[in-house]
Amino acid sequence: MPHSITILCGHYGCGKTNLALNLALQAAGDGSPVTLADLDVVNPYFRSCDYRPLLEARGVRLIAPVFAGTTLDTPTLPPELASIFAPQSGRVFVDAGGDDAGVTALGGMSARLKEAGYEMLYVINGYRALSQSPGEAAALLKEIEGASRLKATGIVNNSHLGKETALDDLGAGEAFAQETARLTGLPLLYSTVTDFTLQGQPPPKGFRVIRRLVTFPWE
Amino acid sequence: MKVLMKGNEALAEAAIRAGCKHFFGYPITPQTELAAYMSKRMPKIGGTYLQAESEIAAVNMVLGAAAAGVRAMTSSSSPGISLKSEGISYMAGSDLPALIINVQRGGPGLGGIQPSQSDYWQATKATGHGDFQILVFAPSTVQEMVDLVSTAFDAADRWRMPAMILADGMLGQMMEPVALPDENEKTLPEKDWAANGHQGRREHHVINSLYLTPDKLEDLVVERYQRYRQVKAQEQRAEAYLCDDADIIVTAYGASSRVARTAVNQARERGIKAGLLRPVTLWPFPVDAIRKAAGHAKAFLTVEMSMGQMVDDVRLAIDCQVPVHFFGRTGGIIPTPAEVLGEIEKLA
Repeated sequence: MPHSITILCGHYGCGKTNLALNLALQAAGDGSPVTLADLDVVNPYFRSCDYRPLLEARGVRLIAPVFAGTTLDTPTLPPELASIFAPQSGRVFVDAGGDDAGVTALGGMSARLKEAGYEMLYVINGYRALSQSPGEAAALLKEIEGASRLKATGIVNNSHLGKETALDDLGAGEAFAQETARLTGLPLLYSTVTDFTLQGQPPPKGFRVIRRLVTFPWE
Repeated sequence: MKVLMKGNEALAEAAIRAGCKHFFGYPITPQTELAAYMSKRMPKIGGTYLQAESEIAAVNMVLGAAAAGVRAMTSSSSPGISLKSEGISYMAGSDLPALIINVQRGGPGLGGIQPSQSDYWQATKATGHGDFQILVFAPSTVQEMVDLVSTAFDAADRWRMPAMILADGMLGQMMEPVALPDENEKTLPEKDWAANGHQGRREHHVINSLYLTPDKLEDLVVERYQRYRQVKAQEQRAEAYLCDDADIIVTAYGASSRVARTAVNQARERGIKAGLLRPVTLWPFPVDAIRKAAGHAKAFLTVEMSMGQMVDDVRLAIDCQVPVHFFGRTGGIIPTPAEVLGEIEKLA
């Protein structure tokens, strides 16, 4: 049974949760065990744990903060989180919270993560306010690495403008990602493009197709 | 170039670009990103960001800054706005322009942290004690949040009264692409009444809301209400969507208008002539647009994230010429397009 731990970190609002849902659902496609841990103890809206029915229907085990969505509004980590180190959890994706505040909880687990081995994806979006320049993105990574006591292993370029993302927007996003990779010394692993953006065309080289799963209630 | 912003961040950046350099706040979910954004940006532009010791302190700092003639704002969510109501009343009583943001959450009391529209009455009728009104703007997209911040600051200055952006948790937390106005392009109006130091060259300017002589207080309040008549005549804003031939007019503002728009489109696909009339100003309430729509509509349906508050103003606006129905969810629940479509179908 393949066991691996992939952590998604980045600026809040860069699209970590949507990417985490895509990665978990894609990994579960072949029936192997997949676990998604929602570690976002900061954000009250648009979280992985809001998608429990979708995930569980597709065979993804969800670990969510125990009190999320309850009257007890407290940032408490689930005891079940320790199970991400068990081989039977299969491929584990950790959707960390945004910025340095969102990954602080990971800091407490850093020794075990280092021992077990992990991949940490730094998710970036060149259209996201406050992390739009490679310099800002590189500076934020330092804060995230400091708070999590972990090192990012690669960059995922998730540059997009929500529903308005067009093919013409991909180029600038990729250039931003390449410059961020150069500044941080991290490899640019791949870029993402949403299926509706492609309008039937094949994805450009280096791009992986994802779906827009985090939507608004009126869509 | 467009950027992707959370509603709360967009409100903050728009305020800075509208010439606001003084923000006084206090954290509360679901508006905290607004204050957090201000804490990062204000030092970079030479502005003031201050996290006060309470909401009451923050709103009174806004009062002081506004009295000195600068563009000042504060933001909070429902319970925090209740605390600010005293300061808002004092600002209205002192004829001070300022911007207050309410990113509404469920209530009453501490309520919840999910989106709500149950502060409509508070915003439009009772933001504090005394005879007064404030301007109330209701954006429905993140772009409109950007646009209305500037509009609200300008209107507040024009009429010398506080203005509020009445948003909700969904609008505050959701992300959409926005185009921002350029920085430093705004020319701010002169404020020849401001208490900003006479430097020995003019009379003292006194900013005050205490008038112990009844005649004087009545005169001031009556003058203010004459101004409100002009505001009602000039500042009403609404968006009419598919209303020209509509039999059923859905009225909704903010996030619930997004749901209503989807439901109206679905109703049209089923051959039902539905339209959406979306108030953009809640005070002054867009009675002219609603009366116009009432001329041909058979029924109104008001959709809110509350137990029914704006629906009263719709009924008053059309003087009960046609039936006005209501559908709402509360406590932090957003109505679904299917629920609203079901209500439209009942009236068709």
